[in-house]
Amino acid sequence: MTADTPSASPFEANGLTVALGGRPVLWNVDVRLPARGMSAVVGPNGAGKSTLFKAALGLAPVLTGQVRLLGEPVARVRRRIAYMPQRSSVDWDFPVSARDVAAMGLYGRVGWFRRLSKRHLAAADAALERVGLADFRNRQIGRLSGGQQQRVFLARALAQEAELLLLDEPFSGIDTASEAAILDVLAGLEGEGRHIVCIHHDLRTVAAYFDHVTVLNAVAIASGPPAEALGEETLRRAYDASGLRPRALAA
Amino acid sequence: MTGAGDGLLEALTFQAGYNTGVVMAGSAALGAAAGGVGAFLLLRARAMAADAVGHATLPGLVLAFIAAGALGAEGRALPVLLAGAALTGILGMAAAEALTRRTRLAPDAAIAIALSVFYAAGIVLLSWVQTLPAGSQGGLESFILGQAAALSAAEALGLAVAALLALGLLLALFRPLGLLCFDEHHARARGWPVAGLDAALLGLGALVTVLGLQSVGLVLVVALLILPAVAARFWSKRLAGIFWLSVGFGAGGAFLGAAASSIWLRAPTGASIVLALGLVFAASLLAAPRRGIVAEAVRRARAGWQVRAARALQAGRGYPGAGLFGWRRGGRPTARGAAAVARLELWDRCLAEAPEALPAELAWGIDPLPAEALALLGKRAP
Repeated sequence: MTADTPSASPFEANGLTVALGGRPVLWNVDVRLPARGMSAVVGPNGAGKSTLFKAALGLAPVLTGQVRLLGEPVARVRRRIAYMPQRSSVDWDFPVSARDVAAMGLYGRVGWFRRLSKRHLAAADAALERVGLADFRNRQIGRLSGGQQQRVFLARALAQEAELLLLDEPFSGIDTASEAAILDVLAGLEGEGRHIVCIHHDLRTVAAYFDHVTVLNAVAIASGPPAEALGEETLRRAYDASGLRPRALAA
Repeated sequence: MTGAGDGLLEALTFQAGYNTGVVMAGSAALGAAAGGVGAFLLLRARAMAADAVGHATLPGLVLAFIAAGALGAEGRALPVLLAGAALTGILGMAAAEALTRRTRLAPDAAIAIALSVFYAAGIVLLSWVQTLPAGSQGGLESFILGQAAALSAAEALGLAVAALLALGLLLALFRPLGLLCFDEHHARARGWPVAGLDAALLGLGALVTVLGLQSVGLVLVVALLILPAVAARFWSKRLAGIFWLSVGFGAGGAFLGAAASSIWLRAPTGASIVLALGLVFAASLLAAPRRGIVAEAVRRARAGWQVRAARALQAGRGYPGAGLFGWRRGGRPTARGAAAVARLELWDRCLAEAPEALPAELAWGIDPLPAEALALLGKRAP
């Protein structure tokens, strides 16, 4: 086990370049997120933010460069990382209940062939309780509101007891009560020493919710505390003077 | 038709002879396995891969027959035939997969190409073989539309055991496969061998397809995999429920179809099994209480009427049926009618102020709002 010293970065990318379908989506990205505090990644649509997470997890092909999560290549630390994808990528008609999804966080520990014991189900229920969905555990996920759906996936990440959580737009399209609930849980997790990295969609709230912001638009434009990273010049470079067109496409 | 009816009843109660009984039980075991595998194939959206396998088995069957004859085997050696079938079947599926991966073809086009080219090659080979002196029999045509009666008791037993083993393997992999079908990205991120699991699922699909060739025929075997699963989908909202219902429908449909084919219809087994399953599907489509189309139409009609009636009452007018349903009496809304108007107004508020609090799949109408939406609007639940 590598010593995970407090100064080691939980999320570090060097020269990361990713091309999807021939188009450069991430270009020579250098990012080093701090060990403490909640980190956000922002940028216009199509900026490659989701791709950054996917490349880090080995879900998207990397042209060149490398990523280290929790100080190691991702293959060695998969068990310790939780990934919450964007809501649009989920099949909400799938026949699973909230409890089923939360229990998926435990699969890594249960293994291939053993059944889920009462203890496992209790852990899943506890995770649902922590996000405020204890009463909804038997409901099929398509019959939950947007905010509740996000919270179910957060419960899955909680059940995993991961050290690093990568969340893709956890606050997008949800009601204010769910937003507050999720923020509360994340802050609690960060207080326990876990690392939280979110792709965030809303520039108006990013400074209030996060301690560190990385502005991304195919290249890493700025990275630091919100006051520094979100200067006018940075935002102009990120969001292109003529509108919200990603730079890589504008060239 | 009492003669045929009695014969069917005899068959169903296992009194029509040992052979028939074993063949029917074997068909049921096969149907069960097909239902189980089909449930996962459906949820993984790979059901057409089974069709590619089915049609691509034909050249393999014919070539295996020729090879067996050349090696001096007499009659038809089912294991050899099925081995040949499996070989080209899997080749066909792999060809479709390669086409999808290496070119810009969509999966359905790739499958159509692989399926038809392999099948055509098989037909050409078959017609050539049938001109040979030894080739006219071997009963190869029975593999196209299925003839369960061509199975000996021993063969049917062997197929049944293999089918149940396949089902057992599927059960062992139940959770990982469920995870794969639901959330491939998450499975990959957590280090599950996604490619291996997909290969296992498709492999089991190919296996069940090949096992079903004699009973159901290669043209229709895909239906044995899809129909039970789709019918089951109408009744259950849990993965395990869909799985076991699919197993049950598959077993039952195959059992009934095999019995009906041999005793009553004198039609190819594949056709009568698929018709039996088709009836199950149609019944599910119509009658299922939540997802069936009749229930859906009733819900829609009810919701539409409720909204229009409540709007009319809100504006102080009447509406056809308002009196009938106790919403209006003597030119004024009753308590029920007023409650309906109040719910409508809550809906208006919710959609204006907190649309994200509505469940993604709430049947649209003016049913009472869920408690959490009410809480957001600052109201107490009724």
